[in-house]
Amino acid sequence: MSKISRRRFLAGSLAGCAAVMAAPTSKALASGNLAGFPDGMGVLVDLTRCVGCRSCEAACNKEQKLPAPDQPFDDYSVFDQTFHHGTQKRRPTEKAYTVVNRYESKQSDKPVYRKIQCNHCNEPACLTSCFVGAYTKTKEGAVIYNSKVCVGCRNCMIACPFHVPAYSYSSATDPVVKKCIFCYDTRVKHGKPPACVEICPTQALVFGKRAELLKIARERIERHPGKYQDEIYGEKEVGGTSWLYLSGVPFEDVGFDTTLQKEPIINNVKDFLATVPMVLAIWPALFTGFHLLSTKGKSHGDEDQHAEQHEGGEQ
Amino acid sequence: MKHLAKEGIRPLEASQKTNGKKWNLIEKLFLGLTLDQYVSQFIRNKFNWLLGIIFVIGIPVIIYRFIFGLGAVTHASYDYPWGLFLGFGLFCMVPLSASGFMLGTAVEIFGRHDFEPIERLALLNGLLGYLFAVVYLLVDLGQPWRLGYPMFYSFGPAAVLFLVGWHVATYLSVQVAEVSTSFFEWIGWPRAKQFIRKGAVGLTVSGIILSTLHQGALGALFVYAPGKIHPLWYSAPFQWLHFFVSSIPGGLCMVIAVSTVVIKTMSWRCDERFIKNLDKLTISLGKGASMGLITYLVIKLIAVAHENEWVYLTTGWGAWWLLEIFVGVVLPLFLFAYGIHHKRVGLVRLAAFVTIAGIVLNRLNTALITFNWKLYQEVPHVFEVIISITIFAIYIATYRFILNRLPILYAWKAQPVDATAKESVAVGSTLDQEQELPAGA
Repeated sequence: MSKISRRRFLAGSLAGCAAVMAAPTSKALASGNLAGFPDGMGVLVDLTRCVGCRSCEAACNKEQKLPAPDQPFDDYSVFDQTFHHGTQKRRPTEKAYTVVNRYESKQSDKPVYRKIQCNHCNEPACLTSCFVGAYTKTKEGAVIYNSKVCVGCRNCMIACPFHVPAYSYSSATDPVVKKCIFCYDTRVKHGKPPACVEICPTQALVFGKRAELLKIARERIERHPGKYQDEIYGEKEVGGTSWLYLSGVPFEDVGFDTTLQKEPIINNVKDFLATVPMVLAIWPALFTGFHLLSTKGKSHGDEDQHAEQHEGGEQ
Repeated sequence: MKHLAKEGIRPLEASQKTNGKKWNLIEKLFLGLTLDQYVSQFIRNKFNWLLGIIFVIGIPVIIYRFIFGLGAVTHASYDYPWGLFLGFGLFCMVPLSASGFMLGTAVEIFGRHDFEPIERLALLNGLLGYLFAVVYLLVDLGQPWRLGYPMFYSFGPAAVLFLVGWHVATYLSVQVAEVSTSFFEWIGWPRAKQFIRKGAVGLTVSGIILSTLHQGALGALFVYAPGKIHPLWYSAPFQWLHFFVSSIPGGLCMVIAVSTVVIKTMSWRCDERFIKNLDKLTISLGKGASMGLITYLVIKLIAVAHENEWVYLTTGWGAWWLLEIFVGVVLPLFLFAYGIHHKRVGLVRLAAFVTIAGIVLNRLNTALITFNWKLYQEVPHVFEVIISITIFAIYIATYRFILNRLPILYAWKAQPVDATAKESVAVGSTLDQEQELPAGA
């Protein structure tokens, strides 16, 4: 009887070990090779159509039950706001998951407006940097966040190449990350477009399958050669994002970071091939050090493991 | 304590009193002094006053942080989510605490028993550095009470921070075990000490593995932020090696620095073995540190070459990078070379302090100063600075509390000590030390 129970115990613990070993591997593989879900949804933002009415901001505020804004949504003086000695325009905060900014460009007589929110990356850096797995990329394309497990290390904010996640620093007992979740719970999960898209009066925002949005975007570029930049921002950036942008002016003129890498950010962390020259550089000194350490020790002639017990004789 | 030492009073260093009776715990805590003696030496020490002032200002600010949240003591920045608490507390304290595994390896793995007088100091330095890195982390985390989540509740095993968390936690327990031998001697549990000693090699080996990985992983954490960190401080393939390799001189130089402070300020607590060996050991540690530094210099340059970033060196950021490299790496290398060659202990010590400054500058550059180099600079909130200083002061106070008591700088004696015989030695060695100061400095 006792033998059986021991065997059972061993089998159980082995299974447990296997589960523990397997879990990280599958997770690691999944996060490494995710090139976006085939039917993932997205939004195409056409900056040439945006008039800066800020109704998307208002809709987001209502849908996500965010606190009332400092200035009403029909107050367009917010476009003149700058921060940090004029170096920054408005950005998403814990009270506003999306903001629209106004930009001047030499290539356009009129100001250009750009909506900023989470771009819902195919391989989100926030997700891959999170050590409690608080982020999930859903099959619908949304990058959602579980505040119940978040420890508050804010590594996701470090990792996000778009400076999107905000944090409710003001809360002492329950500070959490605040960012656009693609209206996942209330809308996108049920096939409905997010609140900002639904309210947009100029169809600057189009909700659809990411693959189809890319086709639409290419069509628009082809049909109006002079109107658009020949690029879809978000198609390739950091491995591709669910939100895609078309612009009439160079993307860097409207605050986009055009220097972002095309590969997912997690790829940088995996780059171990390049350790070869490092090994070549380090090993000589390391092993010279080893050699010096081990031979010099012998010349001192103290082989005792417990020398501290007779240190009187050592000197 | 110096005054008392001159009066012939020796601090507690053995299990038994001269009359053969065992010291009890309270007496041990008071270093074998009477309450009056203890209090008077405590008040006489001006450093205690400084610590007191820091605590009076800083501890209320820490309490304030936990009542009103991080937003009350930091700029609550979305662009700089990591401020001084992690930039200094985690990223600087951890490399400076690599001493434990370095010296552990030298003594236990390579049998360099000549390092033994300083091994325990190095182990304690490692333990406390990690412990207080975790304290800084607890202050910085939004929900510190969830610190155990990545261990037991919710896993993100593909994240670098997951590795850091697990390794720092495991390594912390390894270091507790390594330092516990001194505690067991002091408290008088020889069997527990023997039990730990049996596993010393195993503990040391796991220390090397864990240290290699998490020192490197702290660097790899920044690999998530390409474009945010200036390219000269960012290297996707080599960042982890830069952090790991620089932690070697960092840890060794921290031992030199702490032993320097100890010998200058609390030589009464050091035994003859420690005092006699320290100069020789300082030079040996300096050799190890310079080897680490030259390797670090080479791989830093390889990283610049690998990404072909030479053009950045002509910019303002490039000048700042060159300053960091020249002051933090090249200058100490020359100081070490000269000091070691001419057996100038003072120079080696100076080199160690410069190296530490260099490591701290490098980590602050990576985490804060060149972070968001395309955006604006952020100067930490004054409360953030106060809390960082206060935690560092608690670190120093804890460090000193342990050094005063546990047999780290001296060997524990099972038998009582003849006070008069020891006194002459103590005074003599203090004189040696004083005579040497001008030569060294």
